[in-house]
Amino acid sequence: MRHEITLTVNGETERLEVESHRTLLQVLREDLDLTGTKDGCNRGECGACTVLFDGEPVNACLVLAVEADGHEVVTIEGLAQDGALDSLQRAFINHNAVQCGFCTPGMIISARALLDRNPRPSEMEIRQAIAGNLCRCTGYTRIVEAVQEVAEL
Amino acid sequence: MRKIDYVKPKTLAEASAFLVEHDGEARLYAGGTDLLILMRNGFTAPQYIVDIKEIPGLQDISFDEAAGLTIGAAASLNAVAGWPIIREKFGLLAEAAETVGSYQVRNRATIGGNICNASPSADTVPPLLVLGAMAWVFGGGEEKAVPLDAFFTGPGETVLGSGDILTSIQVPFPPAGSTYRYLKLGRVRAADLALVGVAILGFPQASNPSGYGFRIALGAVAPTPIRVPEAEAVVAESVDEEAIEKASLAAMRTAKPISDVRASAGYRSAMVRVLTRRGIKEVLEDLT
Repeated sequence: MRHEITLTVNGETERLEVESHRTLLQVLREDLDLTGTKDGCNRGECGACTVLFDGEPVNACLVLAVEADGHEVVTIEGLAQDGALDSLQRAFINHNAVQCGFCTPGMIISARALLDRNPRPSEMEIRQAIAGNLCRCTGYTRIVEAVQEVAEL
Repeated sequence: MRKIDYVKPKTLAEASAFLVEHDGEARLYAGGTDLLILMRNGFTAPQYIVDIKEIPGLQDISFDEAAGLTIGAAASLNAVAGWPIIREKFGLLAEAAETVGSYQVRNRATIGGNICNASPSADTVPPLLVLGAMAWVFGGGEEKAVPLDAFFTGPGETVLGSGDILTSIQVPFPPAGSTYRYLKLGRVRAADLALVGVAILGFPQASNPSGYGFRIALGAVAPTPIRVPEAEAVVAESVDEEAIEKASLAAMRTAKPISDVRASAGYRSAMVRVLTRRGIKEVLEDLT
């Protein structure tokens, strides 16, 4: 079954035709060329596909594209404003919180959502907020430090 | 994922009629955090998925002194865990809801899905059992109430028939002065399934020889989440060291765990005893 959907992605209105079985992740990457959102486990475990859905982080692999009709999606590509990186992106660079980088987009989206709802999180709150974002390189220490730096600004 | 047809009925009656008409080839869909994974892995292959989460009222949460708490089946677990009155007066449920999956998953996963998926390890169910929750089910044009302890019939199985839809969970106000613990043992502390879950509600009860009433439920150690009345009866009589030990053993004997990839049956049994003992002691400390 095909559906005509209209959604907002990184502030732009997108009109698309999607089949029922395609996920938001597939449509973002394949139809809109927004490949910053990563396709990792495809089962809601790794968090590499985390995007903001109406401002809240979700795993884009567990949302059908048709469900995004009428909703607002922000991906990692939507965080920088007019060429200026988001403070979290800057902090990840400054703290060397990136190694292979595969988890980074999802990690930053989860952290952005945390700081939006709780601008002064404790270290434990940061760790809980990114519990659904797996990083196999860094051991999380520098990621947590990067988020803490922005949280304390 | 193979091709499907996604449908989004506007009313419960329409959804229920569609399910009856397409019995066996349509599945109810809300958060999708279980169903999409099952479909992707080929464990289920419905032709139709029927998205009910935006049917008016299904995500509503409300509270009044007489009816208690009413949670729409499609309320997300983050909505449940974050709702101020649930945090304040039904903290056991808020804490357990917060242990499910990751923050991202809890934004999608619904309380009704956690219940209807009927996993023996569903984290919200032991708390709802000790709180005496009622499930409201729409089917055949009417709504009926089913006590949650009569809702589950086996792993992945419930009393829901063709066209039946869980619409809300009603939770009565906990007894005065009650306190609680939800002790969840996982392989890691966050974003894991329960190997054992123990929910304990304790409250002053002058009519019991011990002076206290306890309600205890176990998750992940039987074909369905279960209450353990034998253990509850022991601590209604006495709450000395020996009685608490006896209650923990009774809980362990009532549990019928299996061995799987996460843990052996023997380990789960041993942990039922440990967590029940710990939980009763901690609740008792809060009460005294």
